[in-house]
Amino acid sequence: MHELSLMEGMIEDLEAEAGKRGFARIHRIRLEVGRLSGVEVEALRFAFGPATEGSLAEGAELEILEIPATGTCQDCGAAVEIAARFEPCPACGEGFVIISGGTELRLKDLDVE
Amino acid sequence: MCTTCGCGQADLTLDGHPHTHGHEARPGRRRVSLEQSLLARNDALAAQNRQWLAQRGILALNLVSSPGSGKTTLLEQTILRLQGRIPMSVIEGDQQTSQDADRIRAAGAPALQINTGKGCHLDAHMVGHALEQLDPPAGSVVMIENVGNLVCPAAFDLGEAAKVVILSVTEGEDKPLKYPDLFAAAKLMLLNKVDLLPHVRFDVARCLGYAHRIRPDLEVLPLSAQTGQGFEAWLAWLQAARALAPRA
Repeated sequence: MHELSLMEGMIEDLEAEAGKRGFARIHRIRLEVGRLSGVEVEALRFAFGPATEGSLAEGAELEILEIPATGTCQDCGAAVEIAARFEPCPACGEGFVIISGGTELRLKDLDVE
Repeated sequence: MCTTCGCGQADLTLDGHPHTHGHEARPGRRRVSLEQSLLARNDALAAQNRQWLAQRGILALNLVSSPGSGKTTLLEQTILRLQGRIPMSVIEGDQQTSQDADRIRAAGAPALQINTGKGCHLDAHMVGHALEQLDPPAGSVVMIENVGNLVCPAAFDLGEAAKVVILSVTEGEDKPLKYPDLFAAAKLMLLNKVDLLPHVRFDVARCLGYAHRIRPDLEVLPLSAQTGQGFEAWLAWLQAARALAPRA
């Protein structure tokens, strides 16, 4: 639900960044989105169009790198990949997984001119 | 013009990123590395709020739940019971109307209503301005009643000491599994409306099992804002949290 406000905030930040870094157009934006970031990739894509309209990123390509959710089982100690936060350890089927990756929501880089 | 957050200024920066390269105007395309959280601006403002609160020794709690869980009634009853003991004020977040702030003021506490319009959550920017305007006294408690929503408030740090999630027994007992992000972000869960347990199908043990699967150290207090059942434990929690509130 907050994907549109995230995208609008990102564009505002990038408009400000453009002056400092000396670019006028953004051709591509790369985001890293973790599976546990609480953000829907499809909703981000959907919001990207309206959010960039009339901005220096209008027409830009949005590339989303999805980061898997990973962690360590509290019981068996295995390093595992999980699909959701509440899932028990896929290795032993029991333990609680301490999450170490997959909550990212990062603006990685831009292709600009 | 806002002096703390820079709104109204054209030079908002991406916090924490050194702007040391990329200034030279080169023709053609180039890549600019940012490695910056999309929530960086909100997080930076939240850190400012947290510092502002710590300087005044104020405990701020971010109350999150679905609409209709009884947040406002819970606050009314908390204010009434702590009157004369702990100064308390409330920031109310709703899409529309000031009805909740009116109820809080009627209960005897200063309140400020934020209307988010289309927005589905409060953010640190709104709360920063609300704190300035509300100007709560040092050593007091500020309750931030977030927009009723179990999704978005999980992602937006407001600068609070802790998130408190309210779940009522008229909702599904599997809410913690359906909305894990919010339950994972909360320190305390208040299980509200327990006076209705005889009339609804709600398995408390199962619900708590789900909640602890998401966050094993989640504290849980069952209560009823309507009858006052369980309130002593909640008020004691609040007083302990206030004693432990960060001070700068």
